[in-house]
Parts: sequence; C-alpha cells; structure tokens
Amino acid sequence: MRWGVLQFPGSCDERDALHACSLVGDARLLWHEERDLEGIDAVVVPGGFSYGDYLRAGAIARFSPAMEAVAGFAAAGGPVLGICNGFQVLCEAGLLPGALLLNESTRFTCRQLDLIPADGTQIDLYRGKSSRRPTLSIPAKHGEGRFWAPDEVLDRLEENGQVAYRYAPGQNPNGSARDIAGVRNEAGNVVGLMPHPEHAVDPLTGSTDGLRVFEAVAAAGARR
Amino acid sequence: MTVETAKHRELGLTDSEFELIVEKLGREPNDVELAMFSLLWSEHCAYKHSRKLLRRLPTEGERVVMGPGENAGAVDIGNGHAIAFKVESHNHPSAVEPFQGAATGVGGILRDVFALGARPIAILDSLRFGELDSVRSRHLLDGAVRGIGHYGNSIGVPNVGGEIYFEAPYEHNCLVNAMCVGIARTEDMVRAAAAGVGNAVVLMGASTGRDGIGGASVLASAELGEGDDAKRPTVQIGDPFEESKVLECCLELLGKGLLVSLQDLGAAGLTSSAGEMASAGGVGIDLDVARVPLREADMEPFEIMVSESQERMLGVVEPAKVAEVIAVCAKWQTGAAEIGVVTDSGRVRVLRDGEVVGDMPVEALVDGCPLYDLSPAEPAGWMYGNRATVSRDATSGETLLDLLGSPSVASKRWAFEQYDSVVGSRTVRRPESADAAVLQVPEAGNAIAVSIDGNGRRVACDPYAGTIEAVLECAQNLACVGAEPLGLTNCLNFGNPEKLAPAWQLDRAVSALAEACEALGVPVVGGNVSLYNEGPEGPIYPTPVVGMVGELPDPARACGSAFLHEGDAIALLGPFEPSLAGAELTKLRGELDTGLPQPDVAAVAAACATVREAVRAGKLSSAHDVSDGGFACALAESAIAAGIGCRVDLQPLRERGCSPDEALFGEGPGGFLLSGSREALESLGATLIGETGGTTIEVAAGDRSFTVDLGAAESAWHSLSERVSEV
Repeated sequence: MRWGVLQFPGSCDERDALHACSLVGDARLLWHEERDLEGIDAVVVPGGFSYGDYLRAGAIARFSPAMEAVAGFAAAGGPVLGICNGFQVLCEAGLLPGALLLNESTRFTCRQLDLIPADGTQIDLYRGKSSRRPTLSIPAKHGEGRFWAPDEVLDRLEENGQVAYRYAPGQNPNGSARDIAGVRNEAGNVVGLMPHPEHAVDPLTGSTDGLRVFEAVAAAGARR
Repeated sequence: MTVETAKHRELGLTDSEFELIVEKLGREPNDVELAMFSLLWSEHCAYKHSRKLLRRLPTEGERVVMGPGENAGAVDIGNGHAIAFKVESHNHPSAVEPFQGAATGVGGILRDVFALGARPIAILDSLRFGELDSVRSRHLLDGAVRGIGHYGNSIGVPNVGGEIYFEAPYEHNCLVNAMCVGIARTEDMVRAAAAGVGNAVVLMGASTGRDGIGGASVLASAELGEGDDAKRPTVQIGDPFEESKVLECCLELLGKGLLVSLQDLGAAGLTSSAGEMASAGGVGIDLDVARVPLREADMEPFEIMVSESQERMLGVVEPAKVAEVIAVCAKWQTGAAEIGVVTDSGRVRVLRDGEVVGDMPVEALVDGCPLYDLSPAEPAGWMYGNRATVSRDATSGETLLDLLGSPSVASKRWAFEQYDSVVGSRTVRRPESADAAVLQVPEAGNAIAVSIDGNGRRVACDPYAGTIEAVLECAQNLACVGAEPLGLTNCLNFGNPEKLAPAWQLDRAVSALAEACEALGVPVVGGNVSLYNEGPEGPIYPTPVVGMVGELPDPARACGSAFLHEGDAIALLGPFEPSLAGAELTKLRGELDTGLPQPDVAAVAAACATVREAVRAGKLSSAHDVSDGGFACALAESAIAAGIGCRVDLQPLRERGCSPDEALFGEGPGGFLLSGSREALESLGATLIGETGGTTIEVAAGDRSFTVDLGAAESAWHSLSERVSEV
C-alpha cells in the first residue's frame, strides 16, 4: 500500500498525515507541481491553508497540477481521502458534493469530538482493526467547516449512502447541515471529512481512532 | 537650535544622544543615518534603560546551547537536538489594532525561532486586558485572540498554553506576549553573526513596503511634506501564508547547508538586522537599497532601511551558493534578492545604485548608544485603584462561585478553542488539561513541558516577591507534569523607566528574577523588555512574564490537573502559607494594598523535586498547583475537569495559622494539590486532607465550611464566553 500525501505551499498537516499513512503502509509527499501518480495506491489531500486559502478555502489549490492528476486518479477509481482543507479542495474541484462555509460561530474552533461513521460503501469504515467502538474520538479544527448543500442534494446524499461521517448528537462544532462531518462521492472512492484522523493515531496525543479511517481507505485501495 | 536637532527630538533622541552621534561620525548624520540611529538607539533596540539591570541575570548552564544575544535561546534536549525558545511582546501595536498587532507578534516570534534553524513546534501566549466589563477590553481581547489564532493556525504551529488576566491598569495598554518553542538538530543551528568577507547578503521573503515605519513616518512628513504618508497605519500587516513559505524555505536552506548565517527582520527592519549581524560578526556590510524588492517604487532609502514589513529574513551566503539559494526560494514561491555584501570595513554602508547614501561605523550604530542608570524610588503606597465588586458578607460557597467566575480565574476555553493545539502530533497535554503543556520529542526519545506565567497584580503588591512567585509558579507547573526546568525566557513589561516608581519596580523585579533563577539553577537564555507601557491613568501593573521549558523522560506519565478516580485520597504538599495579600479575593473585595510574604525559594524547590519524582514514578493520579483563587479554586478546577466531586477539610492549613478565608482563598507559592492512593501520598510526606467522589465540592474550614454543587461550579468556571460576547 503506497500512499501519496499532497503538499501545497501553506499545507499544515501534511507531515502528520504522512506519519499516519506510514502506520498503515508506505507513504511519501507529493509536491503540488507533480503530475505523476505512478505507483501510488491512495492519495491524501491534507489539511492546512493551501496557497493561504486566499480567495476562498481550497479555491486555488484545485487548479494545481497535482490536483489535476488526482482528479484523473479518482476518475479511475483510486481512493482519495481529503481532510479539512483537503475536503475543501475536493469540494472546490467538484470531486465531492457540497461546500464548506464559515463556521456558524464565525470563529476557528479546535475541539476533540465524537464522529459517527455512516455505513460504508466502497470505503468500509468498519473494517479497521484498531477499535470496534461505534464512534470515533477525533479532533476537529477549522474556521470554515460548515457543510452546506441544497436540501435536495442533502436528501440525495442520504439516500445514496454518501454521508460518510456525522458529528455525534450535540457535538456539531460549526453548524453543518444535518450534522454532516464528511461525505463521499457516488462511486464511493473519494471521501472528505473536516475532523482530522491523522491527529488521532497515537494514544499519547489522545486517541487512535483515526487509524480506522486510514485503514478503511487502505482496504479500499487494496481491493482495486 | 538647528533644524537637524529638532528632527532628532521628533525621532526620540535626546540632545546629548544626538551630540554623541555627531561625535562618533565626525559630522552631522544625514536623514538616512539619523533614521537608522534613532531606531537602533531606541529603548526597543538598545535596551538603554534595562541592559545594565539585565547583567544580573544568570545565563550560564550546562544545557545551554545558545544564550541571550541570539535570535532566541536554546537548550540541549539530548540525542543531538536542542529546544529553542523565546517570548516577546507586541503590546503597543495590539493596543492600536489588536488583530494585526497580535498576529504579527506571533509572526515575529516564530521568525526568531526558525532563524536559528529550529522548526517551531509550539506557541504560548500571555495576555493582559482591562476589566472585562469594558467594551474596549472585550474588543481588544476578541481581536488579539482572533489574531493569534489566525497567524498560528494558518502556519501550522500548535498553540499549547497561555494565560489571560483582566485588570484595570491594562485598560489602555493591553499586553500581548507571545512565546515560541522550536526544535533543531544542534549541528544544523546557525547564529546571527555575519561572517566571510565577500559573502553575499540575501534578503528573502516578502517585498518591502511602507508599513510599520513607526517613528520614522514623522520624518517622512517633515522631510517630504506628504501628509498622507504620516497617516498610514504604523501597525504592520501579517501574512501567515508568506511566513509559512519563508519558514519552510529557510529550514530547507539550512538543512542543505546553504546559509552562513540567518537573521529575521523585526523592529527597525533592515537597519537592525544588518547592523546586528555585522556587529555580532565583527565585520561590515554594504547594502544597496536599489536592489531591495519594493511594494511601492518611490520609497526613499531611509524608508527602505527602517520598514518593518513582515515575513522577511536576511541571510549571508557564499557567492558560489547564491544561485542555489535563489532557486530554493523560487521553489517555495517566495522572494530572494542579493542586496549586499559582507565587508571588512567595520561600517554599515547604505548605497543606492552604487551611490553612498549612508555610512556609519557598526560599533557606533549598534553598540554606541549610552546606557542609563535608573533612578528608582519606592512609591509611598498602593498606587493603583481597586474597586470592590463582591460583598464581604457573601458566604464562602458564594465566594467560591464569584472567584471561579472571575474572568482572570475562569476557564480560558473560549480563547484556546480558537487555537489549533494539536497540529504537529506532539501535544500530549493540551491547554487546561495539565498545569503545563507537554509535547513529545521523538527525536530525543523524551518530552518537554512548557509554562508561561506572571501575575502582574502580585508584582504590583511587591515587585520582588511577586516576580519570585512568577518563576516559582512556572517551576511548580513543570513539576506537576514531572518536568525538570532547563531554561527560562522572560518578557519584562513595565511602565516608563524614567519615572521613579516604574524604575523601582523594574529594578526589584530583575533582582528577584536573578535570585529565583540562581536558586532554582535555571539559566535565562533569552528575553525581551517592553517599557513605557502606560495609559492616561498611569503605568500598567509591572508584569514580568516568565516562560519556562523543562524536560521529562516519559510523557505517558505526565499528570493531568483533573482528578482521575473516585475514592482517591486528596493531599496538600509543599510550604504553602496562603495569605490574602494580593489575592484575587482581595481584589474583588477592593482591599488591595502593598506587601506580600517573602517566599522561601529553597523550600518550594524541594517540594517541586518531590512532586516531580512522584509524577515520574507514576505514583499520582493528579497534580495541580495552588494558584489564583487559592486552595478552594484549585480543588474546584480539579473536580470540574474530572466531573468528580470531593470532600476536604482544611484544618491542616488552619493549624499553620491561617484564618478560614486564608485557608480557602488565600494565595502564595509552594502549594500542590495532589490526588492518588493514600499510601503513595503519605510516602511523599504530603498532608492528607480528604478524598474524591460525589457530585459536590465539600470543604470544611472552621466556621466557613460549605458545599457547592459541581454543576454550579462548572457553570461559573465556564462563564467567560458569555461575558465576552456581551459586547
């Protein structure tokens, strides 16, 4: 299992994501100008403030050469995980539905919270080995993480099983529609979420539940 | 009086300082030179009222890798790695424009740390505002917290701890002190000294604009007659994206061995960076301002030399490596321009297209400023106001809730949730989960603990005892997570040193800092002085802010401050003799006065060692130092954080001669609140006083016993967010 972790100017969590991926496979950074994903089995678009998040979070990163390659990789069924800013980039790129708006509080919020994984399609979230608890304790930290889509789109996402994660009741930190914390595409190989599984892979720093997210993506990659 | 002498006064130089400059130059300075002298001879750059005092501080230690005089201090953490750290103020900019002032404060301290070749791994901040019932204070608080979050979050450095106090004397002059901690391979670290005659001087990062010209903008309007320029904001605007690129770029350059030395551009911009690099290296520097990338084409040489545009670094590079340096900068999409050369002239020469527009001896410019002695005089009594906000007739239960809800004591969750505390995968103890932040350091196979403290009100009561307490508080916080102090940084925030009382406060505080550090064996490896912090009503509380870094072998054993189990024993350890002098309760009652008991540093140090060893041995369930609001508040904090109540009898404190109020709410150094097994606590010589459990906080203290519901205590302690939003 070979992971590629994108690195844009302004990325913050790419080294943490690299570490998390290395716990469930081999991993290397992919510079934003790289177009060659040869030999990569799964891609992580990490958190941070790509290109300073100028204009709009993720709006510039989607045009990077690496993202063009990722779009092709995803179209061919390759598993792609977008975390926080990576989720925003995937939405901007049209690889995932919906948009991430300014938090209801208008403030950046950093908090450990519980995520409820929805039933998996291609990315089977219960296949992880590290824990069998129904919820994942994972930190969220963002200023623009309020998931929004028109009602009919939200209905369709729920009908299609495209809601990947919800915030546990009462723990929605940003006002996301229907407590949605993460979604996947129709094919099920591209998933994005606002909370940070890469910051939940070490008992010393609070939780290992994030490993389940990486293991699930790895399993999807291995099945290709 | 000539026109020239009038100009130097506008720039803040005294007549005698101006005469000294003329003498050292052998002629009158031109405008470029005068601008440069006025900044490097300012209090901010020359420490002219504090440098003599600072010589008292102990700076040596076997773990010290870099001491004062470098961009930041650094201590050895083992396995060929060093921890670099420094605290710095950005008070006045934050009082004018809190968001950008605080943001660029964070940006500046980050650059100080990565200028050494250290990757920043943590930010802490120490903030002071006026009382929270003031609209201005809430505005400044909101802006500063948003600004700190904006910069730190965007650059991916976790904010792991800090403190906020609300006191009326900070109403007009808030304090924003930011501390950065970084890690480096010791062999990759660089100093800020220019070296190698003929080497190139390369300016990296953002382009240079007219922002932050500060005092020099006065010159601009006098010289150019352009009123608009004078109206430009003197507060710099930060761009964390640019800094993120410059940071990664500099670390790559240093990792590849492409830089001889590196220095950030902070106060006084190119003037101080070039001057200080030349001074430290005993060389000269020629700079050509025509080669500096500008935001505005028509900038004058003096503007280019003193601009405080952010996100810029100055590197010295061997000529053969310049092209490679420029290529790495291009990869990171940040600027790079070869703007000068290291010379053997011992002079800083400013050129424009080859024409000399300024020429000064480095020695005169950087080290020539006269140093002044203070004229300290102890004030006759309490020199600050203090109005009562609680009744003396309140029951002790009500008093506990008043104290827990007092903004200075209350949980700062509202603020720290706006900061990313987890990026970097090092944060083992997050804000408010333990007395000190704990970060794992896999590079050295251990961990560090960091704390920042300084209760200005107590220093105002007694500058000597209060400053010793600030150091002891840091040491106690570190002990609670099992860490041994390695080094200390400080930011001395005081009023006008030319006035008697602030001079006395500063003098006493520095002596106390020196004594406490000597007694604890903790070297001072760096710091910052911020003077002239005054509003229309007078000076701020004297506020020495102390940042301490310690080492612990096993982060898994770092104790939290929350109780862990029901049925644990609770004990008091340490030479804690609480009094109401300078206490939060005394402030709320409007009874502040001068004087604090003198701390027994050796006894506190011994208690710290006992707690540290017990934590390292895994003997304790929780450890919390007794601080603001006294023992009752410490108990409540441990209980609230755990959701576990407690039942405690403070009779042992009564037997130390404390009144019930003193036992419950009195403050002072040396107290540890521990929980764990009865046997473990007894083996430490701690005094057992109760046990954990239930849903109430039940405290007996003579005739002032009380029971408070855990939920009520929690509501009071978490009341800050409601109070902040009452704008």
